[in-house]
Amino acid sequence: MIDEKQVKHIAKLARLELKDGKVSKFSGQLNDILDYMALLEKVDVKKVEETSQVTGLKNVSQEDRIITKCDGDTLLLCSPLPKERKQIRVKPAITM
Amino acid sequence: MDFKDLTIERAHKGLLDKEFSCAELAKEYSNKAKKLNKDFNIYITLTEEEALKSAQKTDGRISKGEDVGVLAGIPCAIKDLFNTKGILTTCASRMLQNFVPPYDATAIKKLKDEGMVMIGKTNLDEFACGGSTEHSIFGPTKNPVNPQYVAGGSSGGSAAALAADTCLYSLGTDTGGSIRQPASFCGVVGLKVTYGRVSRSGVTSMASSFDTIGPFAKNTRDCALVLQKMAGNDSLDSTTPDKKVPDYLNNIEDGVKGLKIGIPKEYFDENIDKEVSESVMNAVKQLEKAGAKIVQVSLPATKYAVAVYYIVMPAELSANLARFDGIRFGSKPQEEGKTLTDYYFNARGEGFGDEIKRRIMIGTYVLSAGYYDAYYKKAQKVRTLIIKDFEDVFKKADVIIGPTAPAPAFRIGENIEDPLKMYLADALTIPASCAGLPALNVPCGKSKKGLPIGMQIIGPQFTEDLLLKVGRSYESCEQTV
Repeated sequence: MIDEKQVKHIAKLARLELKDGKVSKFSGQLNDILDYMALLEKVDVKKVEETSQVTGLKNVSQEDRIITKCDGDTLLLCSPLPKERKQIRVKPAITM
Repeated sequence: MDFKDLTIERAHKGLLDKEFSCAELAKEYSNKAKKLNKDFNIYITLTEEEALKSAQKTDGRISKGEDVGVLAGIPCAIKDLFNTKGILTTCASRMLQNFVPPYDATAIKKLKDEGMVMIGKTNLDEFACGGSTEHSIFGPTKNPVNPQYVAGGSSGGSAAALAADTCLYSLGTDTGGSIRQPASFCGVVGLKVTYGRVSRSGVTSMASSFDTIGPFAKNTRDCALVLQKMAGNDSLDSTTPDKKVPDYLNNIEDGVKGLKIGIPKEYFDENIDKEVSESVMNAVKQLEKAGAKIVQVSLPATKYAVAVYYIVMPAELSANLARFDGIRFGSKPQEEGKTLTDYYFNARGEGFGDEIKRRIMIGTYVLSAGYYDAYYKKAQKVRTLIIKDFEDVFKKADVIIGPTAPAPAFRIGENIEDPLKMYLADALTIPASCAGLPALNVPCGKSKKGLPIGMQIIGPQFTEDLLLKVGRSYESCEQTV
C-alpha cells in the first residue's frame, strides 16, 4: 500500500516535483497497479534463475579507441544553460 | 499518375523506368502529409525541404545511370524518438521540445546512405511510454481508419503515417508492443525484431533489456526490404551480435507447406474479443489450407507477463530517464530554483508528463531497499518462466500465431484515466518482448465497426525471415481469394 506520504518520498528519490493535486491521484493509480502485481506473489520460483538479458551475449568488448561523433562545442550547444570555458554553468550544489 | 497503390518495390521500379522522379514522389507525399496532418495529427515535424533535397540527389544519380538501392528516393516517416542530425527530435516530451540532435541514430545513418527521403518525424507517446499515442504533448494521433479511435502506441504516428498513405514505410520502436499494436490498430504490417538484431544507437532508450527498433510497411516484402538495410552488428550498440544477416527476400515466397504453427490457448481465452479470435483463426485456416500443420500449444506463464513487464520496464526506464536533468540537453524549467537539486526537481517536474512520472515512480519504488526482492528480483525470475514457456513450445512448433491485441482500437480518451486498463491492452505483445523474440503483425480482417484486426506471428530468436515468409504466405492466400 502506497500512501500519499510514500508517494512524496518516492518522488523525492526520483527528483520529481509533484503538484499538490497530483499526489493523491498518483497514490490511487500506483496502488491499483501494485495491487495487480500481487499476482506474482504466488508463483513458485524457488529453483528459477533471474533473467537480466535475453540473447546470451557475454563480455562484449572492443578496442579502446576514441570515436568522435561530434566535437565538444557542438555538444555544448545542446545545453539550455550558459557556457563558460567549455563548461556548463549550473546552480550551486551546496549553499552556505 | 496515381500514387495510391504504390509499394516500395513498385515505386522503385517506377523510378528506374522514369515513370516519375524522386522529387515528384517527395512532393506528392509531403503535400499529402501536410494536408492529412491537420485531421489526424500524425507528424510532429514535417521535413519537406530536406525530403526534396535528398530526392533531387537520387534523381541526379538515376539520370547519370548510377545503380541506386531499392530504398533510394522512397518517402518514409520516422518516429520522433530517433535522433536525426539537425532536425528537431522531441520524444513527444516537454523535456526535449527544443532538442536538435547533433548526430544521427545508426538506423537513420544506414537509411541515409541508401538515399532516405524523410517526410517527417511522427508522433508517439512521450518517451515511447503508452499504448495509444495519447500521452504526447502534441495531442493524440487519430486512427486514419476512423478518427474517433486511437492509432495505438507508442509508435502510433508511424503506423498512422503509413495507413494514411503519407509515406511508403516508416520506423518505430517496440519495447512491449509499440510497433505491433499500432500496426494492428491501423491495419499495416509491423515487425518487432529479435532483441539486438537492429542497432539502437541514437534512439532514446526506454527499457534497455526490451527495446528494439523496426519497420512498418504496406506488405511483408516491403518490410523485408527495410529490415535488410538496418539489421546487423554495430560497434555503437554492444547488444547487436556479430551474427550474419540473411537475405530476407530469399525464401519469402517459399510458402508454409509442412510448417508447424502453434496456437496457444492462452491467446484465445475469454479475455480476447470474439471478433478478433475469429479473424485470426480464419487466417490460420488459410495457412492450413496452404499446407501448414496446426498444433495446439500452451504458454501458461502468459498471465504473468503484464505484471513482470510493468515491474522490470519501469525499473529500467527510471534508470534511463535519470539522465534527463535539463542540463546537458533538454529544457530549462521556468523556475530554476536556488540549488542544483531545486533545478533537478523543477526541470523533471515540468519536463515529464504524468505517465512518465507514474512509471519513474513505479521503477524507483520496485528498486528501492525493502521492495527490490519482492518486486524486481521476483519479476526477473518469472521472466525466466515466460522464456521457458516459449522454448518448450518451439520444440513442437516452428512459429506461434495469435492475435496482436486483445481487441481492436479503443476510442480516444477511453482508457486515459485508467493506466492499468491501458497496460492490459499489451497482454499479448509483452510475452514475446520478455523473451526477446521477433514478432510480426499482419492485418487479417476488420471488425463489424470496420476497425482493423491483426494477427501476430512469433518465432524463435533471429527467425525474422521465417516470420516474413509466413506473413507473405497469408498475404498470397488473401490475394487469390
